[in-house]
Amino acid sequence: MTTQRRGAVAFQNVQKKFGAFTAIPDLTLQIEPGELVTLLGPSGCGKTTTLRMLAGLESPTAGRILIGGEDVTNLPANRRDVSMVFQSYALFPHMTVAQNVAYGLESGGMKSGPARDAAEKGLDLVGLDGMGERLPSELSGGQQQRVAVARALVLEPQVLLLDEPLSNLDARLRRRVRTEIRQLQQRLGFTAVYVTHDQEEALAVSDRIVVMKDGRIAQQGAPRALYEQPASAFIADFIGESNVISCTVEKVMDGIAQVRVGNLTQQVPARSATVGPAQLSVRANAITVQEGQGPFAGRIASSAYLGDHLEYEIDTSVGSLFAVDAEGDIPLSPGTSVTLGFRSRGLALIE
Amino acid sequence: MNRDNRRLDVLFIAALICFAVLPWYRLRGGFFTLDWVGSYLSDDRTWPGLTQLDQWWLWPVPLLIAIAAILRFTRPAGQRGGWLALTGAAGITWMVIQGLSVGLRGWNWGALEMLGDVAGQQAFGAGAVGILLCFAAMIAFGLAERGALKGDAFVIGSITLLILLVTLFVFYPLLSMFTGAFQDYDGSFTAAGVARNIGDPNIWSLGCVTGTGGCGVAWRTFFLAICTATGTTFLGLAFALVATRMRLPFKKSIRLLTVLPIITPPFVIGLALTLMLGRAGFVTEFIEDTTGWELGRWIYGLTGIWVAQMLSFTPIAFLILIGVVEGVSPAMEEASQTMRATRWRTFRRVSLPLMAPGIANAFLISFIESMADFGNPLVLGGNGGVLSTEIFFAVVGAQHDPSRAAVLATVLLGFTLSAFLAQRLWLGRRNFATVSGKGDGGNHAALPRRLAWPMTAIVVLWAAFTVFVYGMILFGGFVKTWGLDHTLTLEHYARAFSVTFDGGIAWTGIAWTGVAWNSFWTTMEIALIAAPLTAAVGLLTAWLIVRQRFPGRGIFEFALMMSFAIPGTVIGISYIMAFNLPPIQMTGTALILIFCFVFRNMPVGVRGGIAAMAQLDGSLDEASLTLGASSPRTLRKVILPLLRPAILAALVYSFVRAITSISAVIFLVSAKYNLATAYIVGLVENGEYGIAIAYSSVLIVVMITVIGTFQLLVGERRLRRRIEPIPKIKPREVPT
Repeated sequence: MTTQRRGAVAFQNVQKKFGAFTAIPDLTLQIEPGELVTLLGPSGCGKTTTLRMLAGLESPTAGRILIGGEDVTNLPANRRDVSMVFQSYALFPHMTVAQNVAYGLESGGMKSGPARDAAEKGLDLVGLDGMGERLPSELSGGQQQRVAVARALVLEPQVLLLDEPLSNLDARLRRRVRTEIRQLQQRLGFTAVYVTHDQEEALAVSDRIVVMKDGRIAQQGAPRALYEQPASAFIADFIGESNVISCTVEKVMDGIAQVRVGNLTQQVPARSATVGPAQLSVRANAITVQEGQGPFAGRIASSAYLGDHLEYEIDTSVGSLFAVDAEGDIPLSPGTSVTLGFRSRGLALIE
Repeated sequence: MNRDNRRLDVLFIAALICFAVLPWYRLRGGFFTLDWVGSYLSDDRTWPGLTQLDQWWLWPVPLLIAIAAILRFTRPAGQRGGWLALTGAAGITWMVIQGLSVGLRGWNWGALEMLGDVAGQQAFGAGAVGILLCFAAMIAFGLAERGALKGDAFVIGSITLLILLVTLFVFYPLLSMFTGAFQDYDGSFTAAGVARNIGDPNIWSLGCVTGTGGCGVAWRTFFLAICTATGTTFLGLAFALVATRMRLPFKKSIRLLTVLPIITPPFVIGLALTLMLGRAGFVTEFIEDTTGWELGRWIYGLTGIWVAQMLSFTPIAFLILIGVVEGVSPAMEEASQTMRATRWRTFRRVSLPLMAPGIANAFLISFIESMADFGNPLVLGGNGGVLSTEIFFAVVGAQHDPSRAAVLATVLLGFTLSAFLAQRLWLGRRNFATVSGKGDGGNHAALPRRLAWPMTAIVVLWAAFTVFVYGMILFGGFVKTWGLDHTLTLEHYARAFSVTFDGGIAWTGIAWTGVAWNSFWTTMEIALIAAPLTAAVGLLTAWLIVRQRFPGRGIFEFALMMSFAIPGTVIGISYIMAFNLPPIQMTGTALILIFCFVFRNMPVGVRGGIAAMAQLDGSLDEASLTLGASSPRTLRKVILPLLRPAILAALVYSFVRAITSISAVIFLVSAKYNLATAYIVGLVENGEYGIAIAYSSVLIVVMITVIGTFQLLVGERRLRRRIEPIPKIKPREVPT
């Protein structure tokens, strides 16, 4: 079985309670060796608790956790073959960068000479060669973040855990560092579990995204599958902004459903839909907005200019819709009557 | 899971050594001298537990160890944890039961005689204590294998050990004291002593109110504590307001004054007052000579104690109140002023109510300090003592009435614990000191003029008085006979600290011929042993409380903090009653002094540690753990280097307290292990004021030197390249 292999992770019916509060009711999850899995969800959904249980920083109330086929449920953190990159980086402020990176190696019994060499290699890996003698406080935020990654990677753990590793970086740096992390992971082939609340980040780095809600897995799958075929209104709204509209499925043929919204009909992949009333998820950028009258009419409630795109709040017969227009450059003023249409990409029937 | 087995194997080897090699019972000559090694085979009193098995009550000990060993070899690590922990717990329970039941001359409790006659046994020795620790380790390993506290054996072990130690050195003595009150000389139950003392009019009489004579000692002490608390809080507030709200040239030196009482042995102020205002004091004589009034002995008694306590405790109140006064957000005062309130109205209706909980806090702490004070009443008490001195005289005096001492100690404990509970439960939730993370701009409102001038006058006068008193202390060591002959001399220093060099230049050795050397070196030795232990235990406890989530954590912390409110006198008397007889017998040793210091000063280390640890990001510990470092390594490599200022503060505090403390240790010193303070008190009782003062001055100088050395040894944290200012040591931590 794959769960026996180095780098495989399994949660088996794991439960976690904090006093009377149940953070994770019953979690079962397999992670394949070499996979980068993102735990995504709003705050309080249990994603960080899951990660910390894997690291050994929390112990589950019930259930088993396996790493590389070994039951580690009762094993303290320092005896598990994982390492972690913390949100705050948690670099030891009294040690130099090289000492930080060598710390884990020396803890594992390596002599300080070889540990120093390995640390130097680790720093090379993240592009910080020659910075070893500095103190963490003398580095920029992005550099500190890379030291934290190097410190975790030099141990060559079976699984690398990343707890919101980019949340302390500014937007521009975030994009670069997440690419670096992804490239490193693919080059070295280690298993990684990545916690974030940022759906864009999750889409960018993951092999598989596990969306969590209230301690349960709401949906999991490859980024594209999740984005294009959200299983529920929650997923649809959480991954990329969506409008959820009531609609009627008129007929289903060859896996294509014909859907009616107001006076518009539209073809969408049927999935498991049957004829009758249903819910349609419509991405904000899948709505076309044009001034004038038409079959699907609306009135602009508010508009905003955001440089490369325009955002509209539109009152329609099926409720208020949120639309993004990437082509227009002068926003329509509130009160304008508009006619709406759908692009075929960005629509999905949800259960 | 080889690691689980390996540490169990080490445990079994240790248990075997404790049971089959080390002396089971206490050795008269002491274990650490290693004198017993020579006569080990010939003297059956030094034999290990294995040879004492004719005493049937020791059988469960090897039996339980054997059970644990069977568990180790028959079951895998995942399945035996609970049983191991149970075995360990059973072992500790049995050791406690048999130790308390079988005393020196057979059964300790009459009711147990129906189990048949037993021979007596000595107190626990190295072997027995070792076995107790092995059982504790067994609990820890067992629980760790079950995955408790994330499977961290070190954490569970530390918690187990600390609970054992705190029980043994805080609660067991108190319990012994209560039971001691109900025991006759032969150990049988009697309520006579308690009945005689509990209603004693000497304790409880309210005669001074009803006009039929004097008041009982309990009410006198209470009255004194109220007066001292009121006075010190008022003065402390005045100092704090002047220091923060006014531009005065000597503000820095006010803070300097606050360090003085911490490094002053507690009775020195009383002594200085005697020398100034006593019957032969020079101020008294001056006034009597010039005015012809007869001043008499007014300084002896409550008035004198009150003045001395005001001098001693005002700085403590100041330290609390300066935080309170600075904590009031300037924005509130500015808001009040923009609403057209005058400065006086702002102060009375906004600033003062916001400070009220802090002021009450300072009041309660001064109250506890005054209640617990022993040094000043001892010197100035005269005939009208307070509870702490009465306890002392009930034990060492002619009356020798332990049950009276126990009753008095209980009364005293009742007062201080009530104040402590009031402070924790009532004030704990009412804190308006508004220090938020936000940068609160603005300036504190200046004091209203009708307050500013009187306050400044009081502060200046009191500061001058304090400086004068301390000047007297230094000066007093250099004059021949205080009050009579003010010729300058070094005679006192010479008698106390003379040194004779043998062999001149050839240097064959030093003879410490001064009278003070003996107690001086003992004090230094014990203080230097106790200080690192206190810091270690205190910071370890703080780490556990802040970073670990274990059941009973709140109670554990509360119990520790409560021990701060136990007056030293009560600790002294309870230690005698607990550790004078088996199962734990330590009176007359250096060990009891060390333990006394460690557990008396630990709460301050804990408090400092908690405050410092709260500023350390918790993910630093976690990062270290996930990088494969064990918890001890995490502590050593990550936490300790970052906690250096807290370590330094704990070291300095426990060292200084070990040198200046008198109330507890005066019960525990012996001819062999005498401490400086106890020795000085003896000098004062003999009227040798000169040497007493010379010795005290030397102590103060030594403490300043050692504090400086500690500072160098512990060094600074290096977090940034620029040189950080050396963190200011909070001279005296106060429970808030």
